Amino acid sequence: MPKLLEAIGVHAAYGASKVLHGIDFMVEEGGVTCLLGANGAGKTTTLRAISGMVRTSGEIHFAGARIDGRATEDIARAGIAHVPDGRGTFMELTVEENLRLGAYTRPDRAFRDDLAHVFDYFPRLQQRLHQQAGTLSGGEQQMLAIGRALLLRPRLLLLDEPSFGLAPLIVEEVFDILHRINREQRMSILVVEQNANLALAISERAYLLETGRMVMAGSAADLASNEAVRRSYLGF
Amino acid sequence: MIGLLHQILSGLVTGGIYASVALALVMIYQSTHHVNFAQGEMATFSTYIALALIEAGLPYWGAFLATVMISFVMGAVIQIVLMRPMANAPVLSSVGVFIGLLLVFNSITGWIFSYTIKSFPSPFEASRPLLGGFLSPHELGATVVTLAVLVAVYLFFRHTKLGLAMRAAAFNPVSSRLVGIRVGHMLALGWGLAAALGAVAGMMIAPVVFLDPNMMAGILLYAFAGALLGGIDNPAGAVIGGFAVGVIENLGGAYVVGTELKLSLALFTIVAVLVFRPNGLFGRVLVTRV
Repeated sequence: MPKLLEAIGVHAAYGASKVLHGIDFMVEEGGVTCLLGANGAGKTTTLRAISGMVRTSGEIHFAGARIDGRATEDIARAGIAHVPDGRGTFMELTVEENLRLGAYTRPDRAFRDDLAHVFDYFPRLQQRLHQQAGTLSGGEQQMLAIGRALLLRPRLLLLDEPSFGLAPLIVEEVFDILHRINREQRMSILVVEQNANLALAISERAYLLETGRMVMAGSAADLASNEAVRRSYLGF
Repeated sequence: MIGLLHQILSGLVTGGIYASVALALVMIYQSTHHVNFAQGEMATFSTYIALALIEAGLPYWGAFLATVMISFVMGAVIQIVLMRPMANAPVLSSVGVFIGLLLVFNSITGWIFSYTIKSFPSPFEASRPLLGGFLSPHELGATVVTLAVLVAVYLFFRHTKLGLAMRAAAFNPVSSRLVGIRVGHMLALGWGLAAALGAVAGMMIAPVVFLDPNMMAGILLYAFAGALLGGIDNPAGAVIGGFAVGVIENLGGAYVVGTELKLSLALFTIVAVLVFRPNGLFGRVLVTRV
C-alpha cells in the first residue's frame, strides 16, 4: 500500500523541554496504524507534530507534500482530521453546531449528506442534536469528536486516546465503529492508545514509542506477539 | 406617573446606546478575555469621521455607511497590527496596550478635529414630537437603528456559518484550528465588528450629547456596567444589561441622586455586581461533565 503520511527524523519540543528525539514512522493509505507507549512517551506530541500544534524539526510528508511548519488550519484543510486529547468539544455550543464546525471547510450541501453517514455510525448524536455539547457523557463526546472529524472528509484521521476515561463497554463500541469507518470508507487512521490490546486488534501497522524514541516498528501481529511488548503493554 | 413613563422611555433610548457598546465590549472579551478600554474612544473617532464626511458633502446615510465600513477596517487593522503580537503576552501588557490605545485615540481625535464641542446632525429631523411628546424623533429613530443593528448582529452570530466560526474561535481556538477555521481572521473580524458597532452608537448618541473628544468616556462606563450586570461573557445579557443601566441611570438621576451624580450610579452598579453576583444576572453557567 502507498504511503499517505511519512515522518523523517522528527524532533519536537515545548519551549526548552524536548519530547521527540528524531522519530521516523509512516501511515499507509487505507490502513490503520497504531502508536503505543506509556504515559509521557510522546504519543500526543507526535500527533501534535503532525497537526502543526508544536514546534518541530525534521520532515513530515502528507499525500506527496511537505506539511511540517505549516499552520494547523492549513494542515486540516489539506485533509488531516485530528481528534485531540481531551476530545476538543466546543462545550458552549450545541451538538449540531459542533458537527457544523466539523464541516466548516466544506459546502453546505455536502454537510447534509455527510451528516447522514455520521448518524449511521453514531445514532445517539441524532437524539442529542440540540443539546449543549458540554452536557454529553464522555462516550458521547468522544463520538461527537469522531463525527466532527469525519465531517471534514479527511484522508487521514488522527485519534488521541479514544478510550480515555470511558467505560469498557463504550470503549469497545467506539473501536468497533472505528474499524467499520476504516473498512467502509477506506479511511486511513493513525491511533494513539494506551489500551494496546484494542488498538492492535484493529491495526495493521504498529509502532512503540519510549521516551521520545521509536523502539519498535512492524506489523500489528509482530508487536502483539513480541515478548517484551506483551509483558510491558499487553499485561499477560 | 406620566413623568415616570417619560423617564423610563428615555432611559431605554440611551440604554440602547449602552447596549451597543456593551455588546462591542463583550465581543472582544469573549475572544481575548480582556476589556477593550479604548472601545469608547474608537467610537468617538469614528463619529468625527462621519462628521467630516457629512461636512464634505456626503448625504447622511452615505456618510453613515462609509463610517461603519471605515470603522470596521480600523478595528480589524488594530487587531492585526497591535493585538496579534500580544496574543501570548501577560495580562498587564494587554491592559497597557488598551490604555495606550485609549490615550492615542483621544489625542489624535483632539489633534485632528480640535477639542471644541461640535453639534452632530440627526437624520431624524422632523420637529414635531412623537408618541404624545414622550420621545423626540431622533430618540425614536436612534432606538430603531440601534435595535436593527443588534438584531442583525444576533442573526449573524446565530444563523451564519461565519458567525458560528467566530463564536467557535472565541470559545475554543485550538479545536477551531483543527477543523480548519482561520482563528486569526476571526479575531480581526471580531474587532472590526466591535468597532463598527461602536461607530453606530457614537453617531446615534452624538446629536444628544454633542461631539467632543471625551464624548464616550461616560458612555463607556455605563456600557461596562451594563455588560457586567448582564454577564460579561454573555452577549444577550450584555444587551439587556445595557438597557437596564439606561433605565436605572435615568430613574436614579430623576428621583434619587439627581443628575449630577448619575455617573456614580454606573460605578455603584459595577461594584454591586462584582460583590453580589460576579457572573452577572445572565452570566453563562457552563455545564460540563467529565
